[in-house]
Amino acid sequence: MTVQTVDDKSINENWEPKIIAFLCNWCSYAGADLAGVSRIQYPPNIRIVRVPCSGRINPNFIIKSLTDGWDGVLVSGCHPGDCHYISGNLVARRRFAILNELLEFFGIEPGRVNFMWASAAEGERFANLIKKVTKIIKELGPNTKFKKKWC
Amino acid sequence: MVLKMGVEAENQNIEKSMIETANNLLKNKEVDVIIGYSKGTVPLSSAPIIIRREEDTDKLIWNNLCYVNLAKYLVPLMPQLCDSEGNSLKIGVVSKGCVGRALIHLAVEKQIKLDDIKIIGIPCNGNINRKRIEKEIGESEILELSIVDNNINVKGKDFEQSFPFDEYLNELCKVCKVKSPPNNESLAEVCVGECLEITSVEDDFSDLDEYESKSTEEKWDYIIDTLRTCTRCYACREACPMCYCHLCFVDQNKPIWFGKTTEISEIITFHLTRAMHLAGRCVACGACSSVCPMGIDLNLITRKLEKIVKGRFNFTSGIDIETLAPMTTFKMDDSEEFMLEED
Ligand code: SF4
Ligand code: SF4
Ligand code: FES
Repeated sequence: MTVQTVDDKSINENWEPKIIAFLCNWCSYAGADLAGVSRIQYPPNIRIVRVPCSGRINPNFIIKSLTDGWDGVLVSGCHPGDCHYISGNLVARRRFAILNELLEFFGIEPGRVNFMWASAAEGERFANLIKKVTKIIKELGPNTKFKKKWC
Repeated sequence: MVLKMGVEAENQNIEKSMIETANNLLKNKEVDVIIGYSKGTVPLSSAPIIIRREEDTDKLIWNNLCYVNLAKYLVPLMPQLCDSEGNSLKIGVVSKGCVGRALIHLAVEKQIKLDDIKIIGIPCNGNINRKRIEKEIGESEILELSIVDNNINVKGKDFEQSFPFDEYLNELCKVCKVKSPPNNESLAEVCVGECLEITSVEDDFSDLDEYESKSTEEKWDYIIDTLRTCTRCYACREACPMCYCHLCFVDQNKPIWFGKTTEISEIITFHLTRAMHLAGRCVACGACSSVCPMGIDLNLITRKLEKIVKGRFNFTSGIDIETLAPMTTFKMDDSEEFMLEED
């Protein structure tokens, strides 16, 4: 699963980032659904992968997304306390915290990987945060650094 | 022999009391076997040794090249440390601070039972950064190493060079705060020899300041520069006392997390994930860097792990048997400053 980003060499003005979003089934995915049903507009840059819970997200999903060439990664789960599996997102939060610091330590641009909470009732918030993420990643430009070069 | 002051004398004292303790343990049948260090077959090394009889205890040594973390041999348990039924013998482990920490943390992770173990504590005076010395000597073969007057003297066929001891220690040893195995009430039964009463470790991690003040690009360049020679031999994993998974993520083929090449993104994937897996578990022994055939210093990364875990969860691995490992638990109010919020 290698993703072709638009011509890495010339960041032309029409370049649009591709962002992979891991959304938990019970809150964020439903939130995305609500945003859609309520016809709230948000940028079409995200491709959603539905996971059972944010606790299901192996840090390797995130790292692999980057080496596969996605320009950005977004992870979203239920708000703390709301997880369908009670504590999945709380354990995940510790993992994300460490991964986030390590990515920064290794010199991956802060903002390549983003974490957020969105509940099933927060269609509006979901759309707003997608806008924000897309903006952040547009500013960073294509993910050329960590992308796998040999195929 | 006249004892000189300094590292040499320290080593001799450590060795002497360690052998005495080991002897007593075997004599009183408190342990069945002792695992410790013996003289290495090549310079700049030492070898692990398993001792069953009192009269063999004088084969035990202590010098500044005992870099193997002996806790490694307990998980999975070596056949030599089991009885004929495969049950664990009573094992005495010669423990510098980080071996003690590894044993305690392995017990926290329920990989070993400390009832079967005696921690033979020694006051470690640091390990020599053998990879750095090897690098600086270059091609020539080192035939002999001795420590005189706090200098490391290295001899080869047609050269002789000396390095100041304090400077040529492992980076982790330079900042080590737990030189002897941690001891407290719940461990009193387990610890013999020289141990350290300690409940928490204070550390300011100022050694990381220089790296952390770099820009993102500079960091990336530095990391690439450090890791680019990694051949993905996984010696660092093999030496690590905390890497005991039956199937490591690098060996999994369902799914294949990443390729087997030495392309930079795959090297980084390995080291990033390795770091992830050791967060809150690394005991700062430096074994990984000491065994890297490419002389890669992984200590920067392991130090960062310690710093993150200390800063976020106020946890130091291998100090206390009662505290859960941070990645196996959570708090409702863990900080989440990195989470995205609406503007
Ligand atoms: S990562 Fe390295 S320093 Fe940490 S416990 Fe493993 S071998 Fe020791
Ligand atoms: S021991 Fe060194 S070369 Fe081997 S995998 Fe580890 S860092 Fe890479
Ligand atoms: S179910 Fe949504 S985070 Fe666990």
